[in-house]
Amino acid sequence: MVPYLFLGFAALLVATALMVILHRNPVTSALFLVLSFSSLAGIYLLLQAEFIGMVQIIVYAGASMVLFLFVIMYLNLQHDVEKGAQIALRRGIGWMVGALLLLFAGLLAKKGWVSGPVAALPPDTTGGNAAAIGRVLYSRFLFPFEITSILLLVAMVGAIVLAKGRPAPQGEAE
Amino acid sequence: MLAYLPVLLFVLVGLGFGAVTIGLSTIIVPRRENAVKNSAYECGVEPVGNARGRFSVKFYLVAVLFILFDIEAVFLYPWAVSFHQLGLYGLIEMVLFILILLAGYFYLLKKRALEWE
Repeated sequence: MVPYLFLGFAALLVATALMVILHRNPVTSALFLVLSFSSLAGIYLLLQAEFIGMVQIIVYAGASMVLFLFVIMYLNLQHDVEKGAQIALRRGIGWMVGALLLLFAGLLAKKGWVSGPVAALPPDTTGGNAAAIGRVLYSRFLFPFEITSILLLVAMVGAIVLAKGRPAPQGEAE
Repeated sequence: MLAYLPVLLFVLVGLGFGAVTIGLSTIIVPRRENAVKNSAYECGVEPVGNARGRFSVKFYLVAVLFILFDIEAVFLYPWAVSFHQLGLYGLIEMVLFILILLAGYFYLLKKRALEWE
């Protein structure tokens, strides 16, 4: 049952990810991205990572996508398909990045895959998935966790500085 | 695996409800169209202009701040569930985490980022 479900979710994930980059309307692309995030959440659930799966839906499919849609709206895409010299430059960069990706994929394939243990490791779920994550995250990965708060702080300050800009002339002088 | 049966049922009922209501309304509803009926209804205001108008950046700021505190809440959840094993050590590290974000919160208040000017 699980392998078939995995194939289903994986196929949906790849198909929707392709639609994200192939669709001409950026808003539709963003909505396909929601679907691809959701299928990724399904794969997490199959891996018995329930907490990660739910976070994937709440944070990525929910909150991040709102931001993506906002950014798309801000870009003021009156004409969805752009033309001109800009597109040639963008194409060139696209080809370059694609070639780099192929190169890395080739290098990876040459190295060969390390096959994991045949039987899945029994997940450490005493007290549930989230508790297992908590035990590892707040002991072994304490430093990355604390650094995350700095990252969030930087994002907060950056967003405020960008959005509020310099204060109006009658406002406080800075 | 069987634990997800209710979820599957929920998804199926949700899809079915949408399909049935839209399907029925396209089949049985009488169609007498005219120009007024076909125009987009927007509270009596003449709906003109491009739907892709630009938003004020204020909306974006609210969305970004929401997502940041959303992520903070996500970190709180596994912490709360494993709190008994982590003990005082866990409490101190979470207080540190929250304090750093609290600095951001006070910055936000000081800048009046959430006020709608």
